[in-house]
Amino acid sequence: MMIDLTDTTTRAIHDALTRARDQMGGPTTGMVLNLIIMTDESAQYDAVRAATQAGREHPCRVLGVIARDPNAESRLDAEIRTGEGAPGQTILLRMYGPMGLHADSVVLPLLVPDTPVVTWWPRGGPATPSGSPLGLLAQRRVTDAASSGAPARTLEALAEGYRPGDTDLSWTRATPWRSLLAATLDQPHGEISGGSVSAEPRNPTADLLAAWLTSRLGQPFTRDESPGPGITEVRFATSDGDITITRPDGRMATLSRPDQPDRRVALHRRDTTELLAEELRRLNPDEVYGETLAGLASGAGR
Amino acid sequence: MTSNPLRDARDRRIPRVAGPCALVLFGVTGDLATKKLLPAIYDLANRGLLPPGFSLVGFARRDWQDEDFERLTHDAVKAHARTPFRETVWRQVAEGVKFVPGEFADDEAFDRLAGCLAQLDVDRGTGGNYAFYLSVPPKAFPQVVSQLKRSGLSTPPETAGGSRPWRRVVIEKPFGHDLASAKELNAILSAVFPESSVFRIDHYLGKETVQNILALRFANTLFEPIWNRGYVDHVQITMAEDIGIGGRAGYYDGIGAARDVIQNHLLQLMALTAMEEPVSFEADALRMEKEKVLSAIQIPEDLAVGTARGQYSSGWQGGIEVRGFLEEDGIAPDSITETYAALRLEVDTRRWAGVPFYLRTGKRLPSRMTEIALMFQRAPHLPFARTDTEELGQNALVIRVQPDEGITVRFGSKVPGSAMEVRDVNMDFAYGESFTESSPEAYERLLLDVLIGDPPLFPRQREVELSWRILDPIEDYWAGHGKPEQYPAGTAGPVGADAMIARDGRAWRRL
Repeated sequence: MMIDLTDTTTRAIHDALTRARDQMGGPTTGMVLNLIIMTDESAQYDAVRAATQAGREHPCRVLGVIARDPNAESRLDAEIRTGEGAPGQTILLRMYGPMGLHADSVVLPLLVPDTPVVTWWPRGGPATPSGSPLGLLAQRRVTDAASSGAPARTLEALAEGYRPGDTDLSWTRATPWRSLLAATLDQPHGEISGGSVSAEPRNPTADLLAAWLTSRLGQPFTRDESPGPGITEVRFATSDGDITITRPDGRMATLSRPDQPDRRVALHRRDTTELLAEELRRLNPDEVYGETLAGLASGAGR
Repeated sequence: MTSNPLRDARDRRIPRVAGPCALVLFGVTGDLATKKLLPAIYDLANRGLLPPGFSLVGFARRDWQDEDFERLTHDAVKAHARTPFRETVWRQVAEGVKFVPGEFADDEAFDRLAGCLAQLDVDRGTGGNYAFYLSVPPKAFPQVVSQLKRSGLSTPPETAGGSRPWRRVVIEKPFGHDLASAKELNAILSAVFPESSVFRIDHYLGKETVQNILALRFANTLFEPIWNRGYVDHVQITMAEDIGIGGRAGYYDGIGAARDVIQNHLLQLMALTAMEEPVSFEADALRMEKEKVLSAIQIPEDLAVGTARGQYSSGWQGGIEVRGFLEEDGIAPDSITETYAALRLEVDTRRWAGVPFYLRTGKRLPSRMTEIALMFQRAPHLPFARTDTEELGQNALVIRVQPDEGITVRFGSKVPGSAMEVRDVNMDFAYGESFTESSPEAYERLLLDVLIGDPPLFPRQREVELSWRILDPIEDYWAGHGKPEQYPAGTAGPVGADAMIARDGRAWRRL
């Protein structure tokens, strides 16, 4: 069901939601969280689509906050979608004029009560996520440094403004790599004296990965450049020789260890839906991300 | 080995991943292999939970090459995998697929298997870690197991480094058909594999909702205070199937519903529902609590009134006319194998004294569902006029295990209107959809646990024996006392089962 409300109020949106629920018999799935998406018109479609799909795993109320012409008269337009092939509800809120500066006053009344809140900036996002009104009320604040103009600088700013509960999709992208690297070091290996992470120049995920390895292993991991796509190689220098994981094509990786046969493993790059679903799986602060970010800012993994 | 600095308990994003290993599958063409196991292996690979170099070796009496088994696996994955098909992931899986043709009696075939595995250690670095999945009828177990011993595959070699590779064996139900045969089967296995290397699969324990019983009970304060005889009137545990025996006549005849379903699935569900809080979720602590409660289960004194059994006769099920059990192919017309069984059990503990647990299972029932229902006592006093609460039943907490996984709470609510009228309503919770990519299939979870060597979700031999101790006297009684009652296909079971529960002044939940 789709409901369009122009020049409306939060009260009217609330009434429309209740009516929709009455007419449809109410969704049988309990909503487990609120997801606020801070976006603009151009990024809105992809972001909401990813959120709706992630909502299959985490039924949620999606609140898309779209800032429109700031010089117009204050006005709120809402678009409600419910029961459209996914559990949960999606509400797009288009805010005109000065109202855009007070988005929290619109969003607050529309949150499902007593249910966690996640705020996501699919593009850019503030340097201090917890400093923005809609970041402040969230347990989890999700930014994406890779979408900014200068990812490395963005990470630095994020490190400066870090508060528990912050997280970044460029860290989420590192999970399959980190999982494979951790599994690699589960096996007996020589003493590690350092190594490298190779990736395209502007790749914040590689920066974080190198910083993570440096801080966890207490040895220097350099951040080398390669033509990509994405991360192409991670190398551990050990007392028995190099252990490398190479992925030249962004799909299939090869693990090479001294005196052992090469092993191949699929290591594909994930789409936004998968990243978001991982992000929503846990809502407690990601301390390891915080430490890695701090390590990166202090010069680890350069 | 020293701990891995890249792992951190706070780092919840990094999943548990199996170490280098190979899985050897006996019985590759069975339904279980093609519908569950092979797709589960692909799904695990797709989620990045299988180690690089993971290898899958099929062993069967077929004149096949590696490519034939690879094709079978490919088709099974395409048809039944839950995660999307990705060419790269498939390539990773396919590279490790090998096939060894042979009979179980053929020494040379097992030597070839040993050679194949040794070669995989060299080519793909599987590190001498092998899991043997016996997806074959139990009568083949002795032969396979002794062949594994003879060919030296069951015992890992000592290595200089001190880290010894592992060998594990995975078996499926039935774990025997009575206590004696279960012990015999175990004797065969334990002669070759230590108990800690034997993984008994009860796929119900791999289901999310079943693991959620533990979360529901022990992570909340809301339920535990009423989870006892002070509030619970009785418990109904049901596994209903709408299908008949299909092509399984050979297995099913002589086994029947109680041995097939109650001995393992329903008694495991009952143990998880009735057990005390384990001190931790370590395998030993959890199994100990299950064993305690299983050993406290009492069967009815008079088995004639405390049990019921039936056979489906021809009728209409879900709009289709179907044959009766005695008319199925491969079933003797005078078979006394039951296709429906119901038991009234009690648990002799302070928590449950006097609370009956009704277990039932059957084939060709109206619908397919598995659930655990705690039915609560009625309020001791109702300050309403009697007519106001005529439609109020018992409060209930229902754990829906399949197919619609979730939890339902039933309670009385006022019907809107000017009169005070109270009626039962349901409150429902389902965490996401159970058929999305995100929620792993039971076999995925269990296979991963085997490869990691994490045993809490696998019943121990002692649990198996305790279950047979409950069932054996009932089976003996049934064998000596007449025939199962007939019930028309598509109905909720034999009249005797309704009478059994009605004697206690209760009724089955509608299927």
